[in-house]
Amino acid sequence: MTSQGIGASVLRKEDRRFLLGKGQYTDDIVLPDQTYAVFVRSPYAHAKVKKLDASAARAAAGVLAVLTYADVAADGLGGIPTGWAVKNKDGSPMVEPPHPALTEHVRHVGDAVAMVIATSHTAARAASSLVEVDYDVLPAAARLADAIKSGAPQVWPEAKGNVCFDWHLGDPAATDAAFVNAAHVVEIDVVNQRLAPNAMEPRAANGHYDNANDYYTLYTTSQNPHLTRLLLAAFTLKVPEHKLRVVAPDVGGGFGSKIFHYAEELLVLWASRRVGRPVKWTSDRSEAFLTDAHGRDHISHATLALDSNGLFLGLRVHTYANLGAYLSTFAPAVPTYLYATLLSGPYHIPAIYAEVKAMFTNTVAVDAYRGAGRPEASYLLERLVEKASRQTTIDRIELRRRNLIKPEQFPYQTAVALQYDTGNFQATLDMAIERIDYQNFATRRAGSAARGKLRGLGISTYIEACGIAPSALVGALGARAGLYEAANVRVHPTGSVTVFTGTHSHGQGHETTFAQLISERLGVSTDQVEVVHGDTARIPFGMGTYGSRSAAVGGSAIVKALDKIVDKGKKIAAHLLEARVEDLEFKDGTYRVIGTDRVKAFGEIAFAAYVPHNYPIETVEPGLDESAFYDPKNFTFPGGTHFVEVEVDPETGVVEVLDVAIADDVGVIINPMIVDGQAHGGLAQGIGQALLEEAVYDAEGQMTTGTYMNYCMPRASDLPMFKVGNHVTACTHNPLGVKGVGETGAIGVPAAVINAVLDALAPLGVTDISMPATPEKVWRAIQAAKGATS
Amino acid sequence: MSTLTLTVNDAKRTVECEPHTLLVELLREHLRLTGTHVGCDTSQCGACTVSVNGRSIKSCTMLALECEGASITTIEGLAKGNQFHPMQAAFHQHHGLQCGFCTSGMVMAACELVAKNPNPTEQEVRHGLEGNLCRCTGYHNIVKAVLSAADVMRGGK
Repeated sequence: MTSQGIGASVLRKEDRRFLLGKGQYTDDIVLPDQTYAVFVRSPYAHAKVKKLDASAARAAAGVLAVLTYADVAADGLGGIPTGWAVKNKDGSPMVEPPHPALTEHVRHVGDAVAMVIATSHTAARAASSLVEVDYDVLPAAARLADAIKSGAPQVWPEAKGNVCFDWHLGDPAATDAAFVNAAHVVEIDVVNQRLAPNAMEPRAANGHYDNANDYYTLYTTSQNPHLTRLLLAAFTLKVPEHKLRVVAPDVGGGFGSKIFHYAEELLVLWASRRVGRPVKWTSDRSEAFLTDAHGRDHISHATLALDSNGLFLGLRVHTYANLGAYLSTFAPAVPTYLYATLLSGPYHIPAIYAEVKAMFTNTVAVDAYRGAGRPEASYLLERLVEKASRQTTIDRIELRRRNLIKPEQFPYQTAVALQYDTGNFQATLDMAIERIDYQNFATRRAGSAARGKLRGLGISTYIEACGIAPSALVGALGARAGLYEAANVRVHPTGSVTVFTGTHSHGQGHETTFAQLISERLGVSTDQVEVVHGDTARIPFGMGTYGSRSAAVGGSAIVKALDKIVDKGKKIAAHLLEARVEDLEFKDGTYRVIGTDRVKAFGEIAFAAYVPHNYPIETVEPGLDESAFYDPKNFTFPGGTHFVEVEVDPETGVVEVLDVAIADDVGVIINPMIVDGQAHGGLAQGIGQALLEEAVYDAEGQMTTGTYMNYCMPRASDLPMFKVGNHVTACTHNPLGVKGVGETGAIGVPAAVINAVLDALAPLGVTDISMPATPEKVWRAIQAAKGATS
Repeated sequence: MSTLTLTVNDAKRTVECEPHTLLVELLREHLRLTGTHVGCDTSQCGACTVSVNGRSIKSCTMLALECEGASITTIEGLAKGNQFHPMQAAFHQHHGLQCGFCTSGMVMAACELVAKNPNPTEQEVRHGLEGNLCRCTGYHNIVKAVLSAADVMRGGK
């Protein structure tokens, strides 16, 4: 490797502008003649507008327009589409209700009926309160547990019983057969609670219609500007791509919530066309809680069959998944192909049958949030395995060892459609055991007991699928888009390089990581590399960043483009060196006639390509500028072991996280510093889910955790330092051998936390606790256990 | 409209603003210092933290007019020319930022924390930064950065 190539902890190139306060986020952009939009949103979970009177608002100072659902319908704006169609068990299509950008029939608190556009944000906000809306309030099915009951209020008339789809995966007969001969059957009910993603930058969109050129520009907080442009062009705004530029500038975190095409993106562009000036909307945090797509929200029942040696024979899972009121961009895929396909975990389970009933509720949409389906699978399985350990009295580590897929079993075909290419779960397990100092846990537990505290250790061995995804495969499964990635590598005449990538960085550090790929391959310093992303007018058509795909898919596209650059350079070098192409090698930035000292530096070749005086012009075009698309052959499969050690105060129920030690296998690591940072962030969100966070709707559909006063975000004082480590097995099917690290922490750790809490409370007889394990919940569980034993 | 005179990043500024204008609005909208961010509406996230007369303040909690005659430092005023402040340098060195959105407030809060307590423990740093939310880093590298900056600012290594 070069000193800045693959494996080097190069400090981030993007830091400087952020540390100087010179980042440029969407809300920082003020266009000439800027105007501001504020939405009029429903205070009810389910209602029909009886009367909307905007006359006072229209007359208010600074107001340019008040646009309503009637205007949306009159102008023929398209509904917000979903990007994935899932079929029912019988092959019939899912229920796919309409999703107008502004609506007369509101279906969740925060659903918008109108927008006010004014010359200042203050004026728009003031006028929005003058829009008088009379609602006919309808019964609401807000909580998943309520929506599944028979006789529950209907979110959509076409979705009987609120079911969007009733889907399954696996072999029911083989699974039934596995249970017939089981020595042990372990059952569990788990809830994976609803979460709000909470990227620190609230969503924003600034739309500008240029009347002179009939051209639209949208600045937006997006993880995938080309996907947003595609959906605007094909479905919602309905103008062709060449009339539409989407820019996602600096974006302050996404975690999934900024993948989706939101109505506000369409509406600011449309409103700009209507008022003839740019229109900006910036969400405040309260609005974000009500309108950003949420994550998780599953209710599951699972049963595991084991033989007398503790080997897993079969797994049955039934899950209700909440999709909210509307189908967001990837929503149907999350509780199906990103969830049930992961139910084998890192284990050999011969037979699996999973059923998923996806439900509509009168809540904001539920879609991908860091991990997206995989945390739900991992949590369910690791809670179940832990329970199996207690029920069979087989040690928790030993039970896992007996069932983990062995290195020689790869490639491993699961019972739920995936083929894992590689991994070494034993190695990560052993590494994590050492890092948590497992063998001395009993001593530490005794020390806590001496101080009146209950200490617990929890484990989770997990796998995930990322690097999404082979287009033909996902197409067969209902995806309405391809999931390849694109790159353009442009070598400049003096040898510096610009990389244009279809992926998007909103904290992941692509400007550094991708520059390292160039440095590794071409031998140029990362200072000589510029990475461009986020602007559809500059970058090739790519699918953006989510599902830990950027290095595995986007990085592979860059490698393919680099291959073309190196090959073309070789032809130029062969000409200049008067040698045959096959006699040349390229290494450390130098073309060399093998076995000689006849060399040409890469920079000389770049110069020759643009100043082709002495050049093989008959056979090689001038220039050094290559593009590539990369469609992955398979998913990638990061995995590993997470340990968490906690201490519970039995008097207060407070859980303190004392130690977190993890060993992951995320494939080949390009920048260890950035990879560790991704693990840290995922762990914090996973621990947040386990102990602190929950997005709660009451029975009427009012969100009761709609601010940071009552949605409990992890703070610095809630977390310890993390011990992170990696054991690398290289992905076998992409050119970098990378797997992906964006989501591992959030996927693996929640079960480890809850297993640790249950381990701490086991001596009291507590056998179950749900997330988040708040002090109140823990305290009540302790009191209930005491009551049961006294 | 009211007239307000104050010093921002060592420059004297006179600004016309509405009485209800918040300090963060004055900075972002009137002075176009957009390095100070707004991440919530309940004074919980700390993304808008700036220094007012040497104290770190959530600029969403203060009216601009309360700053008459005050000296304010924002993230834009922390570096000396091309030279990072030691806190900025430490955040860079220790990968204490990812998306960058909380960073300005985090750095400003950390500067005051170290000014008040030049030799903080890890736990003191964690408690000192409780008013600043970060969703990316899990705080691990932020805490490392602040401890390291404190070392440098004490004249240590």
